[in-house]
Amino acid sequence: MTGYTVRRYGQHHIWIGVLALLSVLVLAALPAFAGKAALRIATEMAGYMALAVMWNLLAGYAGVMSIGQQAFVGVGAYALFVLCGTMGLPLIPAIIAAGLLTTLLSIPVGLILFRLNGAYFAIGTWVVAEIFLLLTAQSQTLGAGAGLSFPAGVAKSFGTATERAALFWWIALSIVLLSVGVAYLWLRSSRGLALTAMRDDAEAAAGLGVDTKRNRLAVYLLAAGVAGMVGAVLFLGKLRISPAAAYDINEWTASIIFIVVIGGLGRLEGAILGTLIFFVLRGFLADFGAWYLMAMGAIAIVVMLRMPQGIWGFLHERTGIELFPMRRDICPPKGRAMS
Amino acid sequence: MTELLNSIIQGILIGGLYALFAAGLSLVFGIMRIVNLAHGDLIVAGSFLMYSAASVLGLPIWVAALLVLPVMALLGYGLQRSLINHTIGTNVLPPLLVTFGISIILQNGLLQLFTADNRKLDFGAIEVMSLKAGPISVGWYAILVFAVSVATIWGLQVLSFHTRLGRVLRATTDDPEVARVMGVRTEHVFGIAMAIALVICGIAGVLLSAWTSFTPLSGPSRLLIAFEVVVIGGLGSIWGTLIGGVVLGVAQALGGYFDPAWQTLAGHISFIAILALRPQGIMGGRRQ
Repeated sequence: MTGYTVRRYGQHHIWIGVLALLSVLVLAALPAFAGKAALRIATEMAGYMALAVMWNLLAGYAGVMSIGQQAFVGVGAYALFVLCGTMGLPLIPAIIAAGLLTTLLSIPVGLILFRLNGAYFAIGTWVVAEIFLLLTAQSQTLGAGAGLSFPAGVAKSFGTATERAALFWWIALSIVLLSVGVAYLWLRSSRGLALTAMRDDAEAAAGLGVDTKRNRLAVYLLAAGVAGMVGAVLFLGKLRISPAAAYDINEWTASIIFIVVIGGLGRLEGAILGTLIFFVLRGFLADFGAWYLMAMGAIAIVVMLRMPQGIWGFLHERTGIELFPMRRDICPPKGRAMS
Repeated sequence: MTELLNSIIQGILIGGLYALFAAGLSLVFGIMRIVNLAHGDLIVAGSFLMYSAASVLGLPIWVAALLVLPVMALLGYGLQRSLINHTIGTNVLPPLLVTFGISIILQNGLLQLFTADNRKLDFGAIEVMSLKAGPISVGWYAILVFAVSVATIWGLQVLSFHTRLGRVLRATTDDPEVARVMGVRTEHVFGIAMAIALVICGIAGVLLSAWTSFTPLSGPSRLLIAFEVVVIGGLGSIWGTLIGGVVLGVAQALGGYFDPAWQTLAGHISFIAILALRPQGIMGGRRQ
């Protein structure tokens, strides 16, 4: 058995890495050549992408079907308005604090809800989000049903409108890079191998000694933290928050599910591709209101029934293409890869 | 004090309706191991069918109500055979996502057809008549709703345990594979089960259409109630849904008695409390 090696990259991955680095640089330099409106859309896209990457990790890998992530988006957003807007904490620490708060909050929530199996867990997460919504709407300090405006004075301290748009974009970009980076490194680690095994067959993975419960909870905590930070930065951009918008299941969960299912469940690239497709569709069709949402629902059903692996999964099956190398190829001593 | 007692009685009576919301969900989950996320929207679709038949076509209430039920049964059988059957397997995601898609299509389709206006049907004198016993007064319509709900659940119980169809349904619940080997056409049985579930949704939708106002977007909150009732009552127990419904109804009534804004919240909190303290539900004996 000596001489066998495990190869974890293909030749072309060096080039993909270079290309990824270049695109990150271009994205970081976006404020130099994009206007306020474009930056706002880019910020929103980054937020959705981070949520989608996390939802994919939850549903696609860990088998945790949450339809209540809006709970953490909302709490994170309100936390920022209070910590930064009212109490005067600096912006970046406030966003990090929002993420930590939602992570902490997800521990008791997760421990109670994980008593429910698959589908019932899903609705349980939704009930929790509804409880958060109703409690928020009761609180006079949080502006009750009408919500809060971000104090203009604090907003102005971040710079002019253009400078603010750039700042929020960089924060959102950092969050999405962090999410993709953590997800990628996690999936490549031995813990990630356990997650991938759970994706393929949770029962078999458990039989081979994978602590599925612990892994599920770990992913749930991470996703809650990211959702909190995304909520914080997206509502910061809007400068206004209300319970109905902050805990909106359509915005923060239904759209995200659509993105992940279309892009490819259980593929890291799927969430990224799905976000791009979603924003293109939304850009063209959003004016059609209810018809647009019906079309989204129909597309999701058709993809789930006819192409359950999503568009990226379909491409991967046909061509073997992978942007984020996850495979472990065993190479015999003379360097001839086994197929 | 009298007011409190009145609230509790009102809570018990609406609990019957909540049990109806839950019975279909529970039936489908028991047989197919799937949660139908469009369940609430299908109840609301029942209300809109009733509205169309009674208000738009101008049919008498009884005729309209009896017309809604076969339409719902057909809808259920059709949805099951054309879409949901293709998602049933070991993975929990496909049925959830497909029924979620159906839910979005139903909500927005109803929105296109009926706009977002509040609707409520008028069933006439029965809505304002009440039974008075000393200081306590209970609306006859609430009593009727409770009676119909209990009768429906009793009917479901009889169907499950005293008919040939019930035997097939229970056999499929216990083990679909073995049932198939014994000659049960499971795809057809699943279709029948969904048809029965939607008839129950239809009954609930008809009763609800005069109880309170509804819009095309009322579905999700009905689904949440149905789901909470199933968990509170205990998975897989038919009478458990009635107990769960009453518990939730009374919790909401008590919450609403102290502060109207706390009505829904008190229901959700009672659900979380039961889940934390007795995860198998009130009537659920076996622990998994």
